[in-house]
Amino acid sequence: MNAGDAWEPAARASGPQALPYGPAAPSGPADPPFPDGAARVSRPANAADTLTAHDRSARGDAARWEPLGMAVTPVLDLRGIDKSFGSVKVLHDIAFSAYPGEVTALVGDNGAGKTTLVKCIGGIHPPDAGEYRFEGRPVRLGSPRDAAALGIEVVHQDLALCENLDIVQNLFLGRERRRGIALDESGMEELARRTLSGLSVRTMGSVRQKISTLSGGQRQTVAIARAVLWDSKLVVLDEPAAALGVAQTQQVLEIVRRLADKGLAVVLISHNMNDVFAVSDRIAALYLGRMVAQVRTADVTHRQVVELITSGVSGDLGLRR
Amino acid sequence: MSTELPEGKDAAVKLADSDFAADRREHDVRSALLDYWGRIRAGELGALPAILGLAGLILLFFALRPNTFLSNQNIANLFTQALPIVILAMGLVFVLLLGEIDLSAGVASGVCAAVMAKLIADSGQPWYVAVISALAVGVVIGTAIGWLVAVIRIPSFVVSLAFFLGIQGITLKLIGDGGTVPVRDDFIVALANKNMPVWLGWTLAAVCAAGYAATQLLRWRRQQARNLHSRPVELVIAQSVVVAAALLLGTYLLSQDRAASPLIFLGGVPWGVPLVGVLLIVCTFVLARTPYGRHIYAVGGNAEAARRAGINVTRIRISVFIIASGFAAVSGIVAASRLNSVTPDAGGGNTLLYAVGAAVIGGTSLFGGRGKARDAVLGGLVIAIIDNGLGLLGTKAYLSFLITGIVLLFAASIDALARRRRSNTGR
Repeated sequence: MNAGDAWEPAARASGPQALPYGPAAPSGPADPPFPDGAARVSRPANAADTLTAHDRSARGDAARWEPLGMAVTPVLDLRGIDKSFGSVKVLHDIAFSAYPGEVTALVGDNGAGKTTLVKCIGGIHPPDAGEYRFEGRPVRLGSPRDAAALGIEVVHQDLALCENLDIVQNLFLGRERRRGIALDESGMEELARRTLSGLSVRTMGSVRQKISTLSGGQRQTVAIARAVLWDSKLVVLDEPAAALGVAQTQQVLEIVRRLADKGLAVVLISHNMNDVFAVSDRIAALYLGRMVAQVRTADVTHRQVVELITSGVSGDLGLRR
Repeated sequence: MSTELPEGKDAAVKLADSDFAADRREHDVRSALLDYWGRIRAGELGALPAILGLAGLILLFFALRPNTFLSNQNIANLFTQALPIVILAMGLVFVLLLGEIDLSAGVASGVCAAVMAKLIADSGQPWYVAVISALAVGVVIGTAIGWLVAVIRIPSFVVSLAFFLGIQGITLKLIGDGGTVPVRDDFIVALANKNMPVWLGWTLAAVCAAGYAATQLLRWRRQQARNLHSRPVELVIAQSVVVAAALLLGTYLLSQDRAASPLIFLGGVPWGVPLVGVLLIVCTFVLARTPYGRHIYAVGGNAEAARRAGINVTRIRISVFIIASGFAAVSGIVAASRLNSVTPDAGGGNTLLYAVGAAVIGGTSLFGGRGKARDAVLGGLVIAIIDNGLGLLGTKAYLSFLITGIVLLFAASIDALARRRRSNTGR
């Protein structure tokens, strides 16, 4: 039915998906490959808008994403995750995957459970039940440090930077490089500059600027750079573009896209549909603590996603009636 | 969304070169000075208020007491007067960097001095046993305060106020009401009362000046070689020259004959000065060049961010109180050496306010996250000059208290206003 399943052979092979939507549709002849990642950033909302998800999966659009039919193991694979706080059940039977080289947008209204899910992923709240697989292996996270050790970095909305320290010092905070008992300042500065250059950060004059002199977008960039400095495999960004201006949002979204193009799995939480459609490869929609759909961005329209967020259903996507 | 993403490696390298233009740009003196001026206007005052204060006060007291203030004798006196203040303030800088306060540091120095004096005078212990015991007492006090602040989470203001009262009681019990413990041990007395041979003073000053210049130049060369952010070499040299000049000038002044009688020679750098020098070098290294120091700044700047970065905030909090009380013990010993005795009110009165004032005048922020070890030295000299100068003017006690209080308030206002200016200008 839904395009989302058609390109998840690895997930299907290792067990039934707990997604509440239907089984995979048979795939048709593959279309020519989609243009490369960089171009996708500027992808317009195209003619596919008029088609339903069913039509498109029947045409086999989704299959084109699988290079030579190779099974791509999701970096993060959650199944049947439940989480309650006291008597309040916040997450019901959540299934969620994040793939390397892709931006997965996590959308949902306030109170849908996005933040709780992120905290489960980041090891802050261990889930009550369900399976947490990282790179195919089942893992248990007891603390954020466990998550960091696996290569999971969460950039929280409030960034958590020390304003009295400079960019290099913040990037390496808590994980300083040493030479003997002293800090290896030169090495850290070089690596910081390489990382920021790798993200094509253009607007900073000096890596020795204090954080307090940076704009909101630049701070967000530093926070993201800190997450990718450590050989991370999965980066979760909680509302990175909230409270940013137009140009700065653009800048941050470009960086988000670049992270995925480097092969990282990126989970992006956002309320802004334009941002979501601009950078994401796939959209996961939460509605009242349930995962109602995880679909390719190309396969859904703006309106469908809004419907999924607000009512949990859109056509044949979402919760079954 | 921009489509001009770098295509391939060459483009990326080119882009990177333009990215951190300020780091790669050849800095000249002019742009560096303009940067400095911009920072001052934005509220990053650094050592400027302390240096202006030093110059102003020296001129003021020289104008008022031209014969006595800059006499050889008084200059040496001024330095030994500053020693306990500087040491106490240096320990407090660590606490202030976290935005906490230790109001008990002054009386802690008193009780540590009392323990040391009692051990030497009553139990006949050698000086090193007494000094180690005094340091241990300081560490115990610091651990207790730190634990109450960091683990129980009582505001440091309240905890240290309680210790301020309690420790005075302990000192009183140790020494007895109205009692005095004399300090006669040669080593202890020598700290503030004996001088190094003149040649040794000059040698040490020269070694320190050369060492400072070499460290600065080597760092500059390394930064240049690896294409890192660096300052113009002219400024590096100028700074080394200023430091060397200050060191040599101080040694020259302290090497003059200050004996009252022309028959004997009394001169040289007091032994307490190299002690402060060593503490200054160690503290500067720890704060600026070690992960521990970096973590102190991080906790002072944003404790939550530090915690999320995996820093053990509780341990950092406890450790700074231990450092402050440990330094208080050293300060108490030096003060006891200067006075040759310990009284029940040792470290009471305005001792603590002098030390806090010294740190703040030197440029350490009361709001945490900003400050250096050298602030204690610069600010301590300012406070010592005020104390010394007022004494020479024969100011009445009530007036001295008033003036010192006003100076402390003035320094704190500069700190608060600079902070407001920083947040207004986005710094």
